[in-house]
Formats: sequence, structure tokens, C-alpha cells
Amino acid sequence: MTETALPASRASRARISSRAWRGAAVPAALVLGWLAFVDSGVIRTPLLVPLRTILGAPFLDPDGRQIWLALAASLGRVVAGMAIGSTAGVALGIALGLSRPLQRSVAPTLHTLRQIALFAWIPLLTAWFGTGETAKVAFISLSAFFPAFLNTEQGVRAIPRAYWETAAVLKLRPWRRVTKMVLPAALPSILIGLEIALLTAWIGTVGSEYAIGVGRGVGAFLVAARELFRMDLVLVGVVALALVGYAFNRASRRIFSRIVTWRDR
Amino acid sequence: MTARTDVRLDRIAAPAASAPRPRNAGAWRSALLPLLLPAVALCAWQLAASRGWMAPQILPAPELVLASFLELLESGDIAANFAVSLHRIGLGFGIGAALGLATGIALGVSDTARDYADPLLRALFAVPSIGWIPILILIFGIAETLKILIVAKAVFVPIVINTSQGIRDIPHAYLEAARALRLRPWTRFTRLVLPASLGPVFSGVRLGLGHAFIALIVVEMLAATEGIGYMMVWGRKQFQTDVVIVGMIVVGLAGFALDRVLLGIEKTLSRWVPPHD
Repeated sequence: MTETALPASRASRARISSRAWRGAAVPAALVLGWLAFVDSGVIRTPLLVPLRTILGAPFLDPDGRQIWLALAASLGRVVAGMAIGSTAGVALGIALGLSRPLQRSVAPTLHTLRQIALFAWIPLLTAWFGTGETAKVAFISLSAFFPAFLNTEQGVRAIPRAYWETAAVLKLRPWRRVTKMVLPAALPSILIGLEIALLTAWIGTVGSEYAIGVGRGVGAFLVAARELFRMDLVLVGVVALALVGYAFNRASRRIFSRIVTWRDR
Repeated sequence: MTARTDVRLDRIAAPAASAPRPRNAGAWRSALLPLLLPAVALCAWQLAASRGWMAPQILPAPELVLASFLELLESGDIAANFAVSLHRIGLGFGIGAALGLATGIALGVSDTARDYADPLLRALFAVPSIGWIPILILIFGIAETLKILIVAKAVFVPIVINTSQGIRDIPHAYLEAARALRLRPWTRFTRLVLPASLGPVFSGVRLGLGHAFIALIVVEMLAATEGIGYMMVWGRKQFQTDVVIVGMIVVGLAGFALDRVLLGIEKTLSRWVPPHD
């Protein structure tokens, strides 16, 4: 955004392009080395798969083509879990921010539960909900819940005292107080929470699919590929996992920076 | 059955009772309020279990969980599994932290190193532990190497990021002062760069240890035959939900203790390092 505004000197432009070249050097060397040794057949082990096999797998290989269905299933799940978990997290964060007794009685319990590493919930959730869709979506919701809740609570607590006093003087009703004062004031913090929630929800999605192993999804795809000893399919799954995470990160940053235009002042 | 629950509730409430007497009822209420929700949940849990609303495989009675906890504690199962997990964390942390500090310092000090390595590292860092696990299983199998590498990777990432950023964020004035004093590179590094970046570096270490613990639980649940994570999965497979809950409690307590210890060290360190020398 600022690049166009600043008069970029020739020297700094040259510096940027030399950085880009240097950054590309190591990956390019790796790819060339891979092509020279693995694709050409100099090294033959089941672990080092030719690059063309990996790149072709999602389109040509009948097992590899499963990745698209797996991606669709995982994306559906992450949307469902994110919707449930982040809604609950933001709502509870605001409720606790508004009411001191509620905060005192609920927050310590939630902060204690947060100490449990997220994945440790999976055995309990599968005991409760089985190995189907419910357990997975419950786990994804849980992974989205905590970041959304924590950042919302923090954002509401950081609202300056003067704002509350103004709302009291104006005699805003509770609902208007939330929509006109609390939400806009806490919005930057809430959006950061949602950004983190989306990423943890995605990792939770693939993680729960991987741990439970039944059904479709990128995680289940990875399990199947690993059991077939197919390194090419494992790499396809991992790249899909990383790319979706990256895309989520980029998209949420973009959208959120458009919503909160007053953040960087 | 209920008697034991009462005893436990008493014990929970005991510290509040022995605390200096609050001035009014409001203070009492605010001290007891945080215990309200856990107490209600415990009562509901006890009620559901004693009335048989839910099968013990789904929701074991609180006293069963307590009994299993004590039993696993006495038999040494918790200690043995915990020792295995601790050993993995220790080794993985050592490797990951050493490599992470070296890489982070190199990336922070040298522009060239940063230009060459940064994009590749960024791409690798974008792959979460759950993605590394199947790759490493194919290469190393599910032996100890897998767990130690996963832990090391989880430690490595935040330490590299925080160390290089911490060094880059050293105020310009410090570097100019060093230049004016004509400090030699090594003196400048030990006297200026290291102390000035210690804060962010240590928060990287703290973050790394937290991530290491989580990654270890994940890898133990997915590919292990011992360790705290495995203990929970084993309990699940035997339909012993009480063991699962005991595992969760142990994981929660360990995570909490770990964070507290590191927070303590961080505070001590920040006192020990003079902010302006």
C-alpha cells in the first residue's frame, strides 16, 4: 500500500530485487537438485519421489485425486466448527466483559480449562460423541472457541472507562450499548481473536481427522497415504494443509484490515 | 458416596476460610464466586453418575476418577509415563533451542543470511506439526526420533522468529554508540546484542516450550506406546474414561506448572539484565 506512495529510489528497488533473487536461490537449488538426482533416477528410494509424480498426483493418480473430496470435506467442517466456536467465544467474551459477577464466576474456570492442551480433548470427545462428524465439529469448535473468547474478553476489558461513563450518561439501553459502544470499541481485538481462531480451527480440523482417522478429510487422507507408504500423497496432503492455512491467514488479514480502517493510526 | 464429595468441596473452600477475614459480605462473595461454577459442575456430575443417567464408559463418577488418579499415582504409572514425556521434551527442547538460537542469531545479525534463508524458512514454518508427523513417520518410523524431532521443530520455530526479530529491534542508538566506542564485533555481540535482545529471546523460549509440550501430547497420542498422551489414548481404547480424564488433569497441571516456572524465570531474568548499561 505504501510502496506506491513512497518514491522508491533506484537503489532500494535494486535492493528489493536482489533480495527476491537471493530468496529464490535456495528453493531453486533444491528443486534443481531434486530434478537432477531423483527425477533422473540416479537415486531410487521409495521416500524420494520424483517431482513430476508429486505434481501429477492430485490430477492423474486415482488415489491422489481423493485430495479434492478430502479438501471439500475438511473445508465444510472448518466452516461449521469456526461458526459455532467463534460465535460462542465472542458472545461469552462480551457477556463476561459486561457483567462483573459473571466474569468472576465463569472466567477462572475457563482459564483453568485452557491449560489443558487442546488435543487432549480428543479422547474424551470421541468417548462422548463417537468417531463421526459430531466429535470432529465439537473439537473444531473448541479450538476456535478459546482464541475468540480470550481476545474478545481482553478487548472488552480494555475499553476506556470514559466510554462506559459516556454510555451511562447517555442512558443507552443494554442492547444499544453493546452494538454502538462495546462492539466497535473491542472490534480490533475481536478480529485478531477471529484470525487466530480460524488458524487453530484449521489445524484442529486436520488434527481431529488425523487422530480419529475415520471418514473423509485432509487428515484422513494423510493417514491413508501414510499407511500406503506413499510419500508423494503425504506431500500432496501436507502442501494442501499448508496452502489452506496460508490462504486463510491472507484472506482474514485482508478482510479485517478493511473492516477496521482506524486501527493503524 | 456423597460424603466424599462433601469432603472434597470442603477442601476446595478451605483456603478461603483460612484467609484473612474479609471486611464484608461482598468480599466473601467475590472470593467464593470463582468456585461456584466448578462446584455446580461437580454436583451435577456426581448426580448424573450416582443416578446412572449416563454409562460409566461415558461419564465415570467423580470418585472413580479420583480413585483411578490415586491408583495410577501409587502404581507409578503416571510417574513412569511422565518421566518418558519429560525426557522427550528435554532432549527435543535442547536440540530445538540450540539450533533455533544459532539460526535466529545468524538471521538477526546478517542481512545476507536473512535474504537467502527467510523465504524457505517461512514456507517450512507454514507447515504445522500435524503436517510434519506423517512425513517423519514415513522416514523414521514411530520410534523416539520422531517424537524428539517434532518437539525440536515446535521449539525451533518461535525461537528463530523471536531471536532474529529481537536482534533486529535493538534501538539504533545502541548500535551507533557501539560504533562510536569502536567495540570489536565479539565484544559488541556479547555486551550489546545479547543483553539487549534477551527479553524477546526468552519469550521465544517460553513460547517454544509451550508449543513443545502441546506437540508432544499430539505426537504421543498419534504414534507412541508410552507417555502421558499415550496413556489417554490407551484409556480411550479400553473404554476407561476415568483414565482419560486423569490424563487430561495431568496434562493441564503440567502445562500450568511449566508456564508458571518459565514466567518466574523470565521475571528473574528481566531483573538480572540491566535495561540500560
